[in-house]
Amino acid sequence: MRSGSGITAESVAFSFDGTTYHGQRGDTLAAALIANGVQLVARSFKLHRPRGIMAAGVEEASALVTVGSGAHGEPNVRASDVYLYPGLVARSQNAWPSLRRDIGAVNSLAAALIPAGFYYKTFFGPPSRWMLYERFIRRAAGLGQPPRLPDPDHYGHRSAFCDVLVVGAGPAGLNAALAATLAGKRVILIEQDVLPGGTLLREDVTINGAPGAHWAQYVVARILEAGGRVLTRTTATGYWDDNFVTAVERRVEPGQPGTGEAQVSWRLRCGEVVLATGAIERPLVFVNNDLPGVMLAGAVRELALRHGVVPGRRAVIATSHDEAYRTAFALAALGVDIVAILDSRADPAGPVIAVARARFTVLTDARPLRAWRRGMAMAGLEAQVGGTRQSFAIDCLAMSGGSSPVLHLHRQAGGALEFDAARGAFLPGAGRQRHSTLGAAAGVHDLAALLPDATVVDPLGAGTPPAPGPVWRDEAPGKAFVDFQNDVTTADLALAQREGYVSVEHTKRYTTLGMGTDQGKTGAMVALAQIADLRALPLPDTGLTTFRAPYTPVTLGAFAGPMRGDHAAPLRRLALANAHDALGALWVPAGAWMRPRAYPHQGESLGVASLREARMVRANVGVVDVSSLAKFEIAGPDALTLVAAVCATPVAKLAVGRGRYTVMLREDGMVMDDGTLWRLEETRWLLTSSTGGAARMARHLTYVADVLLGHPRAAVVDLGEHWAGLALAGPAAAHVLAGLTGAPVPAHMGLDAAHLAGVPVRILAASYSGERAFEVHVRRDQAAPVFAALVEAARAAGGGVYGLDAMDHLRVEKGHVVIGAEADGRTTPADLGMAGMLRKTGGYVGWQGLTRPALADAATRRQLVGLTALDAGAIAEGAMLVAREGAEPVGHVTTAAPRVAGEGAIALGLLLNGAARHGDRLLAWSPTRHSTVPVEVGPPLFFDPEGARYRD
Amino acid sequence: MLLIPCPHCGPRNQEEFAYERTLDSVVRLDDAPDVALSALYTRANLRGDDHEIWTHAQGCGQWLRLTRHRMTHAIHSVEPL
Ligand SMILES: [Zn+2]
Repeated sequence: MRSGSGITAESVAFSFDGTTYHGQRGDTLAAALIANGVQLVARSFKLHRPRGIMAAGVEEASALVTVGSGAHGEPNVRASDVYLYPGLVARSQNAWPSLRRDIGAVNSLAAALIPAGFYYKTFFGPPSRWMLYERFIRRAAGLGQPPRLPDPDHYGHRSAFCDVLVVGAGPAGLNAALAATLAGKRVILIEQDVLPGGTLLREDVTINGAPGAHWAQYVVARILEAGGRVLTRTTATGYWDDNFVTAVERRVEPGQPGTGEAQVSWRLRCGEVVLATGAIERPLVFVNNDLPGVMLAGAVRELALRHGVVPGRRAVIATSHDEAYRTAFALAALGVDIVAILDSRADPAGPVIAVARARFTVLTDARPLRAWRRGMAMAGLEAQVGGTRQSFAIDCLAMSGGSSPVLHLHRQAGGALEFDAARGAFLPGAGRQRHSTLGAAAGVHDLAALLPDATVVDPLGAGTPPAPGPVWRDEAPGKAFVDFQNDVTTADLALAQREGYVSVEHTKRYTTLGMGTDQGKTGAMVALAQIADLRALPLPDTGLTTFRAPYTPVTLGAFAGPMRGDHAAPLRRLALANAHDALGALWVPAGAWMRPRAYPHQGESLGVASLREARMVRANVGVVDVSSLAKFEIAGPDALTLVAAVCATPVAKLAVGRGRYTVMLREDGMVMDDGTLWRLEETRWLLTSSTGGAARMARHLTYVADVLLGHPRAAVVDLGEHWAGLALAGPAAAHVLAGLTGAPVPAHMGLDAAHLAGVPVRILAASYSGERAFEVHVRRDQAAPVFAALVEAARAAGGGVYGLDAMDHLRVEKGHVVIGAEADGRTTPADLGMAGMLRKTGGYVGWQGLTRPALADAATRRQLVGLTALDAGAIAEGAMLVAREGAEPVGHVTTAAPRVAGEGAIALGLLLNGAARHGDRLLAWSPTRHSTVPVEVGPPLFFDPEGARYRD
Repeated sequence: MLLIPCPHCGPRNQEEFAYERTLDSVVRLDDAPDVALSALYTRANLRGDDHEIWTHAQGCGQWLRLTRHRMTHAIHSVEPL
């Protein structure tokens, strides 16, 4: 049985690549694998080099595995960031057929053919070149595969406030959180580990007489007792404006099935934020520094002291500062043979050095040059020791090249950085928001200094702060890595510099340095030191890439939370939804609404049903639900002023009781929406507009009123939710409606009040189908009897109900545009053939935009045209209009439909200079739908050009 | 996420608000075309304070003028329009 500060004796079975092993509860997968002697854990991203475990936390760059099976599988999990649970199943990635016999490893041999910048250059080349390489590259280079099944986990969202948020429950964070809680503040302390303690979990120290890890538990208990909140296994992922911090809490481990919430996404608004995020140790650069067995010294210490596990039997410690010496004592206590300590400093001194010299071989002015392997693991090391080279037969190297304070959140908050030349590290400068940084994140490693009120006993003493040694200058031939996850070597950095990708932002894109799941946590500062050396610049002058959120990868489900599937967006059901269901409606989402698309008869396809419904309207009469259209009432002494500002058509002379078609423009002159405007009374208007644009129009009306017109005496009431709208269209519509109301129907574009089925209604005589048509508006709670009466009367007249597709067929045949299809935000009224409708005197939103000279050049404008298929094929919506396949597109198909009156396929489209191209023949070509149809261009009007049918 | 002090509702999360535009890009109905086009297409974007129009869309619905720093995002004032 092992002993360590973080583990209990309970044995836990798990598997890796199909072999069952046993670990102990509290172990990370990394610790348990090492305890079982498994060194080879992964193959590297690009070169397929054998990799083992290098780090002990989220900074692990190499040992990425897939955890869990089936839908619960989670790829790219850091072996050091998943804690054992019974039945944990882990698999290696990026290796086939197995980790040991990985075919992709020939990539190592072919590496000279895929140098840094390969992707970059390929992207700049002709697209065909990328198409050629893509399949090969995607198979060869890769991380884990996400499961293809729906994610079965539940994810929660929580919001919270606090006076003080403390990020990191190491000694500095615990101390700050306890002090703030005792001072009566609302405190939240978050820690990414399952245990509090931070570095205390890997150091042999006592605080107030207790081992460090126990002291940490005691402080957490006191914080909770005093009313504070502690979230473990929770990572602060982003620091945003106004002290808003996001965090993700894992409630079950990766791949672990559970019944409750697997993860909770926290949104924290904080009075002040204390960043006690610690520091990340840096690797040393030498040839084959990526071999299994080469690890960060702090990680080795954590394995030994927290988990009671050792990664080898014969170890060398290689360091540039005092802290890594502690690893020698920790390993020796577990019986590991410390072959030597290599210190790059010429003349290190101090208490820990003195103790070490007494027990171990300490070599100064000494650093690793080259490691080698036997099988898949480290077997030896060649080192430079003063002026000579020495070799060591070892299976473990614990290295430390200094340490990098974790300043991601500080930077995201807008905080400044200051370079400390002695530490070779950036330290936090002035904050921009209300935040401060403590502990190792601020460069303070001395426990006694961090905990001035406690009695700290550290048998090895504090030592000097971590600092890097000399940079690597190719003292031995071979690959020396700076970024382990992306296989970036010192040679790649040099190549980028030679080829002119000098700026660190360019170097990053060129070499992929600092990308991937670890985002350069271990490698970035090492690479900067190399670049600074190559350019002979001080390190801060090389620049620094942006610290973007999230700090660690976040499962997409955690962002979505409960808002997925049917909960992804609110679903809006029509007032008459049940009645439509009773009629056999097939539903289709239209904006946020579900609308009836058609009412197919038994065994009838959607296309056949829609065409039948449309022909029914042309022949007799049909009823369609148009309730989702936006409806605004605008009333008050200044209502005309507001209406005239919003509508681009003449409005002032519209008589009471009459309406007209209108368009509303954006300021740049593009069509924003369209609808009908009705004058109910002298100072009271009704404006209808598109379903999808309803929210935008509501906001636009108040913008024009409050911002442009300075609060005119006019009220805008959004009636969209209050009224249902039912359109009755067809040659028999007037007769049917008159029969139901017992009153004459209003003239075309007239309106009237009436009673229908005993319910008060408003009747608007407007047509969108090309047939005589009426919209019946009724309070939504009184709509059912009106709809029932309309349907019954329409059926009695040989008609019935019709849906959205039939409506579309009818309007295409008449060339009526739809917002979002023809009016796609890039079309002016003139492009849509409506220039003649505009108010000549201007004064409406968008009138100035229409004067932009470029809009007058028809040759550059896509204009509305009608398209008639010249063969039997249906025209594909979205197809390009081209002279021949592969030619530069000159337009596109916006809406396609079958002819209702007659046979064949027609469409509306937007075509460059289209108004002048009637009679031209083109192809409607859609390579993605494998469709090519010859079409003839004509006016956007296929039926009843005189408009005789809809007039009285 | 910004915390925007709505003069009517008090401090609320940014997600309750909708950003409209900068004040200097507002096109008045009686602006001459060249003035309007310049407001739309050739605006300065200097470091320093910006005047912006927002609406408390998921709150009181009021239109607001924010004075906000383009780099630090710090909000100096919020006034109803
Ligand atoms: Zn408000």
